[in-house]
Amino acid sequence: MRVLMLGWEFPPHISGGLGTACLGLTRGLAKVGVDVTFVVPKAFGDEDRGATRILGCNEVPVEVDDEDDGTRGPAAAGAARRRVVAVDSALLPYLSAEQYAARLAALEREAADEERATAPPPAPAPVENPDKARRVSVAKRPLSFAGFYGPDLMAEVERYAKVVEQVARTEAFDVVHAHDWMTYPAAIRAARASGKPLVVHVHACEYDRSGEHVNPAIVAIERAGLEAADRVVAVSHFTAGIVARRYGVPAAKLRVVHNAVTRREQREGWHVEKPAGAPVVLFLGRVTFQKGPVYFLEAAARVVRVMPHVRFVMSGSGDMLPAMVERAAAMGLARHVRFTGFLAGADVERMFALADLYVMPSVSEPFGISPLEAMAQDVPVIVSRQSGVAEVLTSALKVDFWDVADLANKIVAVLRRPALREALTTGGRVEVEGMRWEARAAQLAALYDEVAA
Amino acid sequence: MSAPAFRTAVVPYFQVHQPFRLRRYTYFDIGVDGRWFDDAENERIVRRVAERCYVPTNALLRRLVDETEGRFRCAFSVSGTAIEQMERWAPDALEGFVALARTGCVEVLGETSHHSLAFLADDAEFRAQVADQAARVERVFGRRPTAFRNTELVIDEHVARTVEDLGFVALLGEGSDGLLGWRSPARVYGVEGCERLRLLLRHYRLSDDIAFRFSNRAWDQWPLTAEKFARSLAALPADDVVVNLFMDYETFGEHQWKETGIFDFLHAMPGAVLADPRFAFRTPTEVATAAAPSARLPIPHPISWADAERDLGAWLGNAMQRAANLALYALLPVVRQSGRADLHAAWRRLSTSDHLYYMFTKRTSDGDVHEHFSPYATPHDAFIAFMNVLDDLEQRAAAAVADATVAAAPPASRVVATATPAPAPARAPDHLARPMPPPPVAPTPGAATPSTRSRRRVPRGG
Repeated sequence: MRVLMLGWEFPPHISGGLGTACLGLTRGLAKVGVDVTFVVPKAFGDEDRGATRILGCNEVPVEVDDEDDGTRGPAAAGAARRRVVAVDSALLPYLSAEQYAARLAALEREAADEERATAPPPAPAPVENPDKARRVSVAKRPLSFAGFYGPDLMAEVERYAKVVEQVARTEAFDVVHAHDWMTYPAAIRAARASGKPLVVHVHACEYDRSGEHVNPAIVAIERAGLEAADRVVAVSHFTAGIVARRYGVPAAKLRVVHNAVTRREQREGWHVEKPAGAPVVLFLGRVTFQKGPVYFLEAAARVVRVMPHVRFVMSGSGDMLPAMVERAAAMGLARHVRFTGFLAGADVERMFALADLYVMPSVSEPFGISPLEAMAQDVPVIVSRQSGVAEVLTSALKVDFWDVADLANKIVAVLRRPALREALTTGGRVEVEGMRWEARAAQLAALYDEVAA
Repeated sequence: MSAPAFRTAVVPYFQVHQPFRLRRYTYFDIGVDGRWFDDAENERIVRRVAERCYVPTNALLRRLVDETEGRFRCAFSVSGTAIEQMERWAPDALEGFVALARTGCVEVLGETSHHSLAFLADDAEFRAQVADQAARVERVFGRRPTAFRNTELVIDEHVARTVEDLGFVALLGEGSDGLLGWRSPARVYGVEGCERLRLLLRHYRLSDDIAFRFSNRAWDQWPLTAEKFARSLAALPADDVVVNLFMDYETFGEHQWKETGIFDFLHAMPGAVLADPRFAFRTPTEVATAAAPSARLPIPHPISWADAERDLGAWLGNAMQRAANLALYALLPVVRQSGRADLHAAWRRLSTSDHLYYMFTKRTSDGDVHEHFSPYATPHDAFIAFMNVLDDLEQRAAAAVADATVAAAPPASRVVATATPAPAPARAPDHLARPMPPPPVAPTPGAATPSTRSRRRVPRGG
């Protein structure tokens, strides 16, 4: 089984669930013997990764990374390959049109700086000399002619689709599998060009991100992708319900494959000195409508009335961050709430290590991997019932996101009752251990067989 | 031994219990709201169970006693909390039980008044609850109990010695493989360290054929008919002296719905059994006083009728349950010291084992059984509400103690009441929820699947 996968790859600690899920799934698929060619839009030159070849696709620079990460068993050796094809693009999975414009400007500035700094190679880059400097330079060059399409997110999505169509003509595969709306137009073209079945994977839809104030253009793209798909995979029953209700996807086409968690190798890494008697309650995620930061603050206001020493930490950035800072001050919570801004990599793990409780009060969360990461670090969690992860967790407290009284009650309970804390952490550890990407990948493999048959 | 006149006693015993379920009591209610119990929900459930199970089954058993001219006999244990709920909300059901007891064919057993695990933690409280229940049974059903059934059928040597000391002649227990080894549950036993007490052990295979497997279509004996059941009895070894069929009364109409044919089965079963002259129905005290014990069993560790393990894991298996139980009994001295009968009565409602049972977290096939019968969405929610209520009770009891201390020279009677942790008076003031007006009738929003009560046993073997 060979799959052309249109996904997102980021180091799992930086982005939200989407990159983490793609990484986990592709690694899991390799273990169950599925051959994946993984096409990723690539906004940065990723210096860490050892690129082995650079393929040219007409005028489009494409980077291919034959990965052997040692995770394959001897039985699977040679059977399953995971190739990463990077397509230069300014797309990021959680981008809005406005953010895209800003991002593009920044990238163009960088590219211009670099061009000035390095010896100017002629524009149509020859590919026979893929040294590092060239790769970086090539990776950023297309942005200079991205202006041809206009600094517009939809145009970039379209441009990406054209590139992928080229890739689809040269690669051999049995199924196209696409993750979230930005890749749907590309996936539709790839499926049409190749005549292969299409699987569309919904990690989040526009109604999750924006509530009722949806961007109709994005909804239209989502609808086209869902309609063109032979199978639709949702990351939870919660999301499957939304997909069925909002987009009219028939149940016969819908499948649920829950996310899992990537096990950390060096878990003992962070030893932090916690100030005694000042427990930390953590919100960690994008500070956007979807994540429910308001409810975190409302619950905090209630908790500090009975436990004034508790610290509430809001980590992450997003369009609602300035409003949240102001609101916390207006609520008289300035002494109780801290904002860390965006955290990445080791800082995320250090933040979890500092936390006594992780709260995810999402308004609409298709899955939500971060509670699993918290549990893997022995941090008890409270999740909203409006999240997909609530479906798979038993050692977690659950609240309705709007019920701030209940949320406050449960925050206090975790901080005040050691036995509850112990039940949640010991039970959580066992549960997280049992959630493996290989098992999810096996479900996908069965799905591929079904559509490719 | 195997004389032709030999008869095997068939002893049906049915457990009737309802707990006082708690509201979703939050941390922010502590010190503010004294309404701990969900009266609306408790009323709704006891009425439903009365309608589906208690009332029709009582009527059926009453008919069976008449139709067999008193040859059908059985036993009940009705927890004090169930009696109290029926007095308040389902008097028709209680009347049915009283009518059955008056036939003289139905024995009412003793237990703790609040279906508690007091024997584990506090001997004085255990004895007080047993005495309280004995008085209640005498008041309601007209006879003091002589046979004893501990909460969830838990037995060990300590329980056995205590109830013998309290004057009981029979103790009911689980015929667990761990206890019996090669021995048969179809004998009458004594207990190590006891003189007169007789032990009657549940025949779990035949009991669970009715209580658990009756409607299971995957079971190779489905459908179970009275005749088939009688044939199972007839197939027992000829020298078996007693077959103890112990089960929840809610088996009839609640766990096994009417549509499964459970009432038809119950109606036909006594006649089918009595068709073989080898068998006769007896009550526990009748068996205990007629038979000599075949052996004295050592019971060093508590054995229950719960789950496959037959231990206390369903109530005290995890950290939350142990912490909750510890906190509950740590509070008892303060509650006694407060001298407030209403607070002690409230404490006793919290001692009902169901509250611990709702905190059970084991995820096995048994876990499903527990979840289904819990009013909470998760075991953690059960723990949170319970601990909050304990905190509120503690504050109230401590305040009462402080008041008593401030009132420098209390009247003599008060001093006596606080100094001795005496057993509660025969008629403990039950109506502890009274100090506050009843809660609004609106049901708790977002309430999870309501529980009729905890269902415990999981069948094993054929």
